[in-house]
Amino acid sequence: MPEPILEVRDLTVHFYTYAGIVKAIEKVSFDVYKGETFALVGETGCGKSVTSRALTQLIESPGRIVGGKVIYHRDDGSTVDLLRLKEEEIREIRGKEIAYIFQDPHASLDPLYTVGYQIAEAMVVHGTVKDWKEGFKRAVDILRRVLIPDPESRVKNYPHELSGGMKQRVVIGIGVSNNPRILIADEPTTALDVTVQAQILDLMNKLKEEYKTTVILITHNMGVVAEMADRVAVMYAGKIVEIGSVDQIFKNPLHPYTQGLLKAVPNPLARIEKLETIPGTVPNLITPPSGCRFHPRCPRVMGICKEEVPKLKEMEPGHFVACHLY
Amino acid sequence: MSEPILKVENLKKYFPIRGLLRTVGYVKAVDGVSFEINKGETFGLVGESGCGKTTTGRTILRLIEPTDGNITFEGKDVTRLKGEEMKWFRRKAQIMFQDPYSSLNPRQTVFEIIMEPVRFHGIEVDDPEEFVIKLLESVGLNEMHLYRYPHEFSGGQRQRIALARLLALKPEFIVLDEPTSALDVSVQATILNMMKELQREHGFTYLFISHDLGVVKYMSHRMGVMYLGKLVEVGPADKVFENPLHPYTKFLLSAIPVPDPELARELKKQRMKVEGEPPSPINPPAGCRFHPRCPFVKDVCRREEPPLVEVEKDHYVACWLYAKS
Ligand SMILES: Nc1ncnc2c1ncn2[C@@H]1O[C@H](COP(=O)(O)OP(=O)(O)OP(=O)(O)O)[C@@H](O)[C@H]1O
Ligand SMILES: Nc1ncnc2c1ncn2[C@@H]1O[C@H](COP(=O)(O)OP(=O)(O)O)[C@@H](O)[C@H]1O
Ligand code: SF4
Ligand code: SF4
Ligand SMILES: [Mg+2]
Ligand SMILES: [Mg+2]
Repeated sequence: MPEPILEVRDLTVHFYTYAGIVKAIEKVSFDVYKGETFALVGETGCGKSVTSRALTQLIESPGRIVGGKVIYHRDDGSTVDLLRLKEEEIREIRGKEIAYIFQDPHASLDPLYTVGYQIAEAMVVHGTVKDWKEGFKRAVDILRRVLIPDPESRVKNYPHELSGGMKQRVVIGIGVSNNPRILIADEPTTALDVTVQAQILDLMNKLKEEYKTTVILITHNMGVVAEMADRVAVMYAGKIVEIGSVDQIFKNPLHPYTQGLLKAVPNPLARIEKLETIPGTVPNLITPPSGCRFHPRCPRVMGICKEEVPKLKEMEPGHFVACHLY
Repeated sequence: MSEPILKVENLKKYFPIRGLLRTVGYVKAVDGVSFEINKGETFGLVGESGCGKTTTGRTILRLIEPTDGNITFEGKDVTRLKGEEMKWFRRKAQIMFQDPYSSLNPRQTVFEIIMEPVRFHGIEVDDPEEFVIKLLESVGLNEMHLYRYPHEFSGGQRQRIALARLLALKPEFIVLDEPTSALDVSVQATILNMMKELQREHGFTYLFISHDLGVVKYMSHRMGVMYLGKLVEVGPADKVFENPLHPYTKFLLSAIPVPDPELARELKKQRMKVEGEPPSPINPPAGCRFHPRCPFVKDVCRREEPPLVEVEKDHYVACWLYAKS
């Protein structure tokens, strides 16, 4: 039986803007199992980043977590609701037990400090090393771990002296420096070319095998999902519409949105005469559509879809869908 | 066989690197590129960021002046066009950019955005409003959008407006530089289908630039693969994908994550391993530019540049594995 490491229940985040309340994510629920790679996919603005940041209360004003629970199973078997922790308490976990990697390596690194300093700092802050001296020594090991050639001299480099791919390796190095139990990677390869992306994905898989880290991978790239994920949650307009194993989602997608999304991707290995499209655009989240949020674009919309919010239902073991067709 | 509408021979674009007092070197962004595009076809150009795709597209249109080489469009030498002939070329050959946000003037309405170049080129239209509405309809917008401003539109809608503006000039050749890179997949699919449809209808010729190999495969009849300012492989898109010849093309194709988990598990095991990232185009490696990273490198690769040779019908590669030194 897979053991959960995170149980997310009814997570809801709103942003209070001049234009109105942006209901960025609404009653989002899912489990993440120990040691797996769990992917969150969906198009721009569907709430992937907000969901991942809310897990450790990383939501800034004008945003607010207005409801839900994030049950975290600690190493010693005890559990804790991460949303109930005080700022100092969650800060001890964030960056240490639960670490983040963000999309843009330029923004994640400080141009004024050497990469060695920045890796050491991550460890010093969390007391993983006893002092800065040990931190700098360990930084060299970490650069080696993320396969940066000549780590002894690279450790003294500033970010601008590294290529985009190397910078992202350093960011990953900082992420794994404290051997986190959960690594949350938000579009870790979106800013990179495909060949560099392949190298970085390889590296993430290697680190994951070595350290048994649980990975939450956020991406809009269906190819990356197919390659990396064990299980997948598909998001649309702030809601999870389908969850399943990677094979269930790709071979037997149940939600009309998932089906449309998969057919809209130009698969380089297939001969495609005409791509299928999803008509319309994503709704604004200040006044989201009633009932099923996909109903204005859904080819199979029915009367009930406009009135009632569909709940996630388990259709086969481990495969959940939120749609009135089922 | 259809005629080439565009012929590019040995095209070069070097950007000077200025030091304090003088030029201290050159970025060899495009360094001897040759290809042809037939009337009514889509020629895809792929490669990693910085390999020279955009510079190639812009130089062909003379938005930047080439350093060397020949460009022939409908039999005319583009590098020598002046006055009325240049104006004709500016109308017949258009470009659409990646960024749907900066390519439209935020202070103009959709109507003005589309009519401005029409007036500039002195194209006669009886009823401008009617004319613009027709164009909007051809890209899936309508008269409701006529007097709105760019900020009121999504990224996908803005690319439609940009497309409508091009269509107004009745071009023959369009450079599409990553036209859907900033868009979501479902929106991208709509725009790509629309471009194909318009091509069928009007016989457009496209130079389609992208780093997304799936998109290039979907759009292109023929394609070229660029590495560090050079074309390393040219051929029918199907052949390049089914039977890639150049080690770099093989590497590029094997790196694509495929949206099929079962296949992905298989392919991951066979993935070609190549270290590092492309070097700088300021001092590109001698001989074959891929040699420092190539798993098949031979002595000659370090010394001499491989010529582009035809390996199967219409399928060319520049690599010493296929050429005699
Ligand atoms: N600071 C903010 N103020 C107002 N709204 C916000 C803010 N941050 C996010 N949102 C809104 O929350 C929703 C979800 O955003 P989120 O960043 O999670 O999307 P995403 O799925 O990560 O998209 P992308 O693929 O573009 O990264 C969007 O509608 C977004 O506009
Ligand atoms: N205006 C310019 N001045 C100097 N260098 C440039 C200029 N434009 C492009 N380059 C350089 O030329 C090379 C090719 O760039 P580009 O054609 O934009 O590549 P691509 O479109 O394939 O990403 C890069 O090294 C880039 O930095
Ligand atoms: S609930 Fe109705 S509108 Fe929503 S996806 Fe299912 S069928 Fe379509
Ligand atoms: S010419 Fe030599 S180095 Fe270049 S790709 Fe071919 S085998 Fe490799
Ligand atoms: Mg995001
Ligand atoms: Mg470019």
